[in-house]
Amino acid sequence: MLELLWLIPAIPFASALVLSVFGPRFSRRGVAVMGAGSIAAAAVIAMLVAVGFLRSGSSTYTQVLWKWIRVDGFEPEIGLHLDALSLVMVLVVTFVGFFIHLYSTEFMAEDEDYSRFFAYMNLFVGSMITLLLADNLLLLYLGWEGVGLCSYLLIGFWYRDPENGLAARKAFIVTRVGDTAMSIALLLLFTRLGTLNIQELMQRASQNWPVGSSVATLAAFLLLGGAVGKSAQLPLQVWLPDAMAGPTPTSALIHAATMVTAGVYLIARTHVLFQLAPAAQLAVAVVGAATLLLAGCSALVQYDLKRALAYSTISQIGYMFLALGVGAWTAAIFHFLTHAFFKALLFLCAGVVIEALGGEHDIFRMGGLRHRLPLTFWAFFLAGCSMSGLPLITAGYFSKDLIIWGALAAEHGHAALWWAGAAGAVLTALYTFRLIFVVFFGDIRTPVIRTPGLAMTIPLAVLGIGAVLAGYLKNPLISYLTSALPPTDTRQRGFMTEDMSRAALAFAFAIGVYFAYLLYRRSPELAERVVATTGGRKVRAWWFSDWGFDWLYDRAFVRPFVWIANINRGDFIDGFYSGIARAADSLYRDLSLTETGRVRWYAAAILAGTVVFAALALWL
Amino acid sequence: MILVWLIAILIFAGAVAPLAARWNPRAPRWIALIATLLDLGLTLGIWAQGGDGSTRWIKQVDWPWLPAFGIHLHLAVDGLSLLLLMLTFFLGAIAVLASWTEIQSSIGFFHLNLLWVLAGIAGVFVALDLFVFYFAWELMLIPMYFLIAIWGHERRQYASVKFFLFTQLSGLLMLAAILALYFAHGQATGVYTFDYLQLLGTPLSRQAEFWIMLGFVAAFAVKLPVVPFHTWLPDAHSEASTAGSVILAGLLLKTGAYGFLRFVIPLFPNAAHEITPVALALATLGILYGAVMAFAQTDLKRLVAYTSVSHLGFVLLGIFAWNPLALQGAVMTMICHGFSTGALFVLAGALQERIHTRDLSQMGGLWNTAPRLSGAGLFFALASLGLPGLGDFVGEILVLLGVFRVSTGAAVAAAIGVLAATFYALRMVQRAFHGENVHHWRIPDLTPREGAAIALMMAVLLWLGLYPQPVFNTFRPAMDWLQQQVNTIVMR
Repeated sequence: MLELLWLIPAIPFASALVLSVFGPRFSRRGVAVMGAGSIAAAAVIAMLVAVGFLRSGSSTYTQVLWKWIRVDGFEPEIGLHLDALSLVMVLVVTFVGFFIHLYSTEFMAEDEDYSRFFAYMNLFVGSMITLLLADNLLLLYLGWEGVGLCSYLLIGFWYRDPENGLAARKAFIVTRVGDTAMSIALLLLFTRLGTLNIQELMQRASQNWPVGSSVATLAAFLLLGGAVGKSAQLPLQVWLPDAMAGPTPTSALIHAATMVTAGVYLIARTHVLFQLAPAAQLAVAVVGAATLLLAGCSALVQYDLKRALAYSTISQIGYMFLALGVGAWTAAIFHFLTHAFFKALLFLCAGVVIEALGGEHDIFRMGGLRHRLPLTFWAFFLAGCSMSGLPLITAGYFSKDLIIWGALAAEHGHAALWWAGAAGAVLTALYTFRLIFVVFFGDIRTPVIRTPGLAMTIPLAVLGIGAVLAGYLKNPLISYLTSALPPTDTRQRGFMTEDMSRAALAFAFAIGVYFAYLLYRRSPELAERVVATTGGRKVRAWWFSDWGFDWLYDRAFVRPFVWIANINRGDFIDGFYSGIARAADSLYRDLSLTETGRVRWYAAAILAGTVVFAALALWL
Repeated sequence: MILVWLIAILIFAGAVAPLAARWNPRAPRWIALIATLLDLGLTLGIWAQGGDGSTRWIKQVDWPWLPAFGIHLHLAVDGLSLLLLMLTFFLGAIAVLASWTEIQSSIGFFHLNLLWVLAGIAGVFVALDLFVFYFAWELMLIPMYFLIAIWGHERRQYASVKFFLFTQLSGLLMLAAILALYFAHGQATGVYTFDYLQLLGTPLSRQAEFWIMLGFVAAFAVKLPVVPFHTWLPDAHSEASTAGSVILAGLLLKTGAYGFLRFVIPLFPNAAHEITPVALALATLGILYGAVMAFAQTDLKRLVAYTSVSHLGFVLLGIFAWNPLALQGAVMTMICHGFSTGALFVLAGALQERIHTRDLSQMGGLWNTAPRLSGAGLFFALASLGLPGLGDFVGEILVLLGVFRVSTGAAVAAAIGVLAATFYALRMVQRAFHGENVHHWRIPDLTPREGAAIALMMAVLLWLGLYPQPVFNTFRPAMDWLQQQVNTIVMR
């Protein structure tokens, strides 16, 4: 069954191709069956492959489809590599991806570009799977750029609104800034180590480069540049909040199953390199810690439901980066798994809510939806609890607990990182329950005009179960992942024990929920009073605008570039040539003035010329 | 023998076209299409037989023409020439198809010019006698001038004269250089010949080698084009009719790159090696400058024209990295650029035929009225920005890999150039196809004729992006030979 591996990416690609060419001629039902069915098929095959892989007992499986390029020692293949890491991620991507597709069949049912939507979505999943299964960095880069492209296509799916186009281009360009760093990393790695095959690369790196070597550090930093772009971490996080311009299932796919987790995967995949470069690994942890705090603050002040969720994603991916940075590799992947469930669910619920209210995004015009959309409420509530880490029950608690404990106790742990993680946990609970209280409790502000059908309800139920129960996979999953990733080596630092850290996390959850209850349920006037002060208003505006990053980039990069480009639209170099042309032209005009028809002038000129030349001949 | 036929078919069909036009105004189109397809079939046949690698040249013909002056009709193809010939005839057929409804005046004379330009280009790619090469070089110029000046757009007079002056002046420098090389070889060896193979390794003083090389470089740098000699290109490309733009971008620029590969480097390896820093600097400058210029343009064809400046920068970069990776990447970039940019000009032409403007501010929202055309525009824009999986990426990544070994700075700058390609490509898609259809265009989508041409080009780019090995295998022997030339001489 392992030989079926190539079908997992091939089926979504084939379906995307068929849908983009013949889709407009299919019936809507046909498009839905094809679009969602292809991902279902990929998920089923992924499970068959998983069974075969587990039974085979080996820790890796490689399938080479064909030689891609063979030029002078540069021989990347179209080859797939399966190990615990890629297997887990492929299973999550296809499984969660399928439910998002199923949801979309109903959510997008009235859209005129139904087939185009599914073509892009399938291409998205296909690219992501390629990224995960690639056995060399060049093929990984193909999938990497593919998901970037699909995010552009889907964010700008409703292309008539130029705002959507702007958000789409922003996503593609900002992530491509990171990709440029990554492509330079590829150049560096191939030049120094002579291959791009990931396994060989890691082997040669650890053989040739000592820990802390400058080349390894440079390469790791460049890869980190690519990772922060795709995973929307500081300083390239600016594209993700705007990415909610796309249809809601797209957001679910970008945030949960594809795209933003690519950076986490890249770092986990090349963990050997990061272990050789402690400075870069420290940077990963610091980026993660800073991002989770900054994005958590921003999430707190958003009033657009999807935007608030977008910041929550940035913050949760920050946790994964933190885990990678301290060396808790498996915890990062475990958090990826739990996050995929609860974040997909949160977005799908947000889609239901927004549709139900006729396209309303503002949470303060929502309210009281608990009774009108009970299933959605419970799903959102469960996912929210999972994200904020409701102790002992939810999946998110187990994964976050591992990360926070790791931030202190893992190989590169530090007390400051622990505090960042714990503070982030308070923020998470606070902003999540702010949403829950504002959207689902209180008075009804906008009437419900549409309730979800079966194709939208089933994914909510299934993912809701996953968002809770996935936590019980912790022990088997972590131990399985250690066949591909280094085990987390924890030791106690200072007085804190693991149980104390766990209790602290539970306490952080309680504080967050309590303040959310206090500020957004019991006495909202308190929150208003804080915001009404000058300082409060400024901080709120600062957080709301994502700490001013957009403002800064706009002035530092976008405007100067556009200004320079536009000022030279006419190409100043051409001025040189038209100058020559003009000079020739005026010379001709001046000389033609001498053509007067007066013979005396001609004779005088001839005489003068003769004298001059004779003089020259005599004296020279 | 077959090489002579390839050119003779085009010359003959071109001569017949105006006569046939008197009989039936549509006849020239069919004649031109059949002639180009026939040539394409013949070259595909040569490719299928393939060289077994035992001989340097896959096909060769050597007839005395003016033996007293050492002039032979010496034509030959190796893998490099063969691929460029296939590109020539493929894009030639595309150009005929793209002009099918666009050209309505002097149809016969139009196709005469079209076919003779192609004959000239084919001649450039197969000539192994410098006299014949220069003859073919000039043969490209005159019909191209007419194609721009007669069937071009608003500023066609200006653009055609500019094109003519740039090309002709630089061509004259090359003629002087050819003659200088001819006499230098004659004086040194007593054999006066224009034959390329004999002129290889002509003993030259350092000074002489440098100056003679510069004559060749002048002609090729203008054609390629190398910034700052590029300013004829945006005018010529945007003012020419669709066929003219396709041939200019897809083929004429490649003759410049081919000139570097076939003549400048093998004939003057030492001098060429010495100008490496300048060439690398100008190449990276071209990549970045072209991209920034393309971003600012409001005329769709002008925008695409500047992207050529950027992409051909990669070719120059690859050539002057002096290693097989970059060199093969450069050739791959040449080929893929022919398809991706050629297709963009076909689409720009198709748009202009429908809405009678190239101004991006007059477009917008065309996706909802012409989804196939817009989807194709998106596809080729993605090829242009170097999306992996499409051909252009393969060429560019190889160039980058090769250049990185030689000059990290140039490689990093070029990688930033790839990023800059995103800016202009996405801007083009946004301004033309996305957004609201504010001008309320209602235009027909691609016709089956246009659709077939475009689909074929898409398929080729996907093939070159995912399984380019057959193409590499074809031109590898030629590149190996070039590398040997370089190694033996430069090492000395």
